Amino acid sequence: MTEFAGDPNFPENREYWEAVAHERLLIKRCVSCEKPHYYPRAYCPFCGGETQWEESKGKGEIYSYTVVRVGAEPYCPAYVTLDEGPTMIAVMVECDFDRLAVGDRVRVVFRRSARDGRMLPMFTPSAD
Amino acid sequence: MAGFFVGAYEHPARLATDKSAPMLHAEVAAGALADAALTLADVDGYFCAGDSPGVGPLSIVEYLGINPRYVDSTDIGGSSPVLHVAKAAQAIEMGLCDVALVTLAGRPRAEGDRPGGQVQLTTFPENEFELPYGPYLAASYALAARRHMHEYGTTSEQLAWIKVAISQHAQHNPHARLPKPVTVEEVLASPMVADPLHRLDCCVISDGGGAVVLAREEIARSLKRPLVKLRGAGHAIGYQRGFEMDITRTAGIASGQAAYAQAGLTPADIQYLSTYDSFTVTVLFAIEDLGFCAKGEGGRFVADNGLLSGVGRLPVNTDGGGLCSNHPAHRGGMTKVIETVRQLRGEAHPAVQVPNCTLAMSHGTGGVLGQRHGCATAILERVA
Repeated sequence: MTEFAGDPNFPENREYWEAVAHERLLIKRCVSCEKPHYYPRAYCPFCGGETQWEESKGKGEIYSYTVVRVGAEPYCPAYVTLDEGPTMIAVMVECDFDRLAVGDRVRVVFRRSARDGRMLPMFTPSAD
Repeated sequence: MAGFFVGAYEHPARLATDKSAPMLHAEVAAGALADAALTLADVDGYFCAGDSPGVGPLSIVEYLGINPRYVDSTDIGGSSPVLHVAKAAQAIEMGLCDVALVTLAGRPRAEGDRPGGQVQLTTFPENEFELPYGPYLAASYALAARRHMHEYGTTSEQLAWIKVAISQHAQHNPHARLPKPVTVEEVLASPMVADPLHRLDCCVISDGGGAVVLAREEIARSLKRPLVKLRGAGHAIGYQRGFEMDITRTAGIASGQAAYAQAGLTPADIQYLSTYDSFTVTVLFAIEDLGFCAKGEGGRFVADNGLLSGVGRLPVNTDGGGLCSNHPAHRGGMTKVIETVRQLRGEAHPAVQVPNCTLAMSHGTGGVLGQRHGCATAILERVA
């Protein structure tokens, strides 16, 4: 099964994880072509330009989701398309997984990982 | 293309508790060379993927005691062997080698791998943004399947038909891990692994492997086996570009187009397809992306035994595929090539043999569907 070995973070991503610890979600945007992307990279995957962090409003919709039913507790990986454009992988929490649908509006929440206790952006259904 | 398939061998093991991976590489190499009536001393080109023991080809070349003047260990996931046969044919055409050996082997079952196991290193750039969410291999395929259902109305029943047809083929393979035919109802009644994929939508975990030998035409014509050549090939890498998300399309669109263009053929010319079947949905996407039907029509194409040899419009994975027979080393590319060669030689099981099979395709989707993946397509032809 998947295991981390050692420090999982790249040095250039430190700002992302510090923001998450303060309950803020960051995405990267290219300084040159101005397109945002996810997962965050130091150089733009569209044009190779330099990128900078910006805060996402943390709102979006479900692009796809699944409920993993092997293991002790079901969990719900989902692709969420942020209103800023990029789509990110995360998990849905604090909802009835069986009532979710593609296209549902969601908002980011910050919860501790059951695996290692660190703070992670996750998503939950949203009225808007 | 100057590459002719002169040897092919699939290891009969599905559980190899008493054999190491290098030993399995040696056994499949010996099997394919015996099939070709060649020996290790004839091999001057060697191909394996990154999963083979040791750094690239170094350890296995030494273990086999061969002296290749050309090697390649490009790894694009489980589809790598489909890419390797194209690289072997190119190397032969360029005069870089005369007899090319391609091996794949492994023993994940003996080593206790559980369904969904996924080994990744912390050096992968995406890991810190993906692994913390507990990615489970089947979940990635499930996310792609769900989106396909959302966009095109594909159903779980349609996906189940893929398993049903391939299980009908598997009953004729004495080495198949799951030789018993199953029904759509049985697939749907199997435990949900990651919605909408059930346990029977997933391939087997198995040990073993396989090998093929390619040679230049003069050598192939001096041997006794039916003549099968590589007619065209292509490969492509697919990924989500960080913004323009579409997980219902694979790199198979590009790899297929490249193969058809090189072969001067269209999907209508293909009589048999061996395609990667890590999950049922992997087959569905490939059939669409390779042009056997329009995007979104795959569900209707595969339903009602659409892939059953002798019945459906496109016979697929007549050996029982990875879904029922064998997915050695978690990599289905080699077994796809081997069954394609069997079909073109007329050596598939009589119950599933495609009559007068002269043009057939091998296709692999390595890596992870819906995420970064590597597709390779090869069109093979039986020639006089």
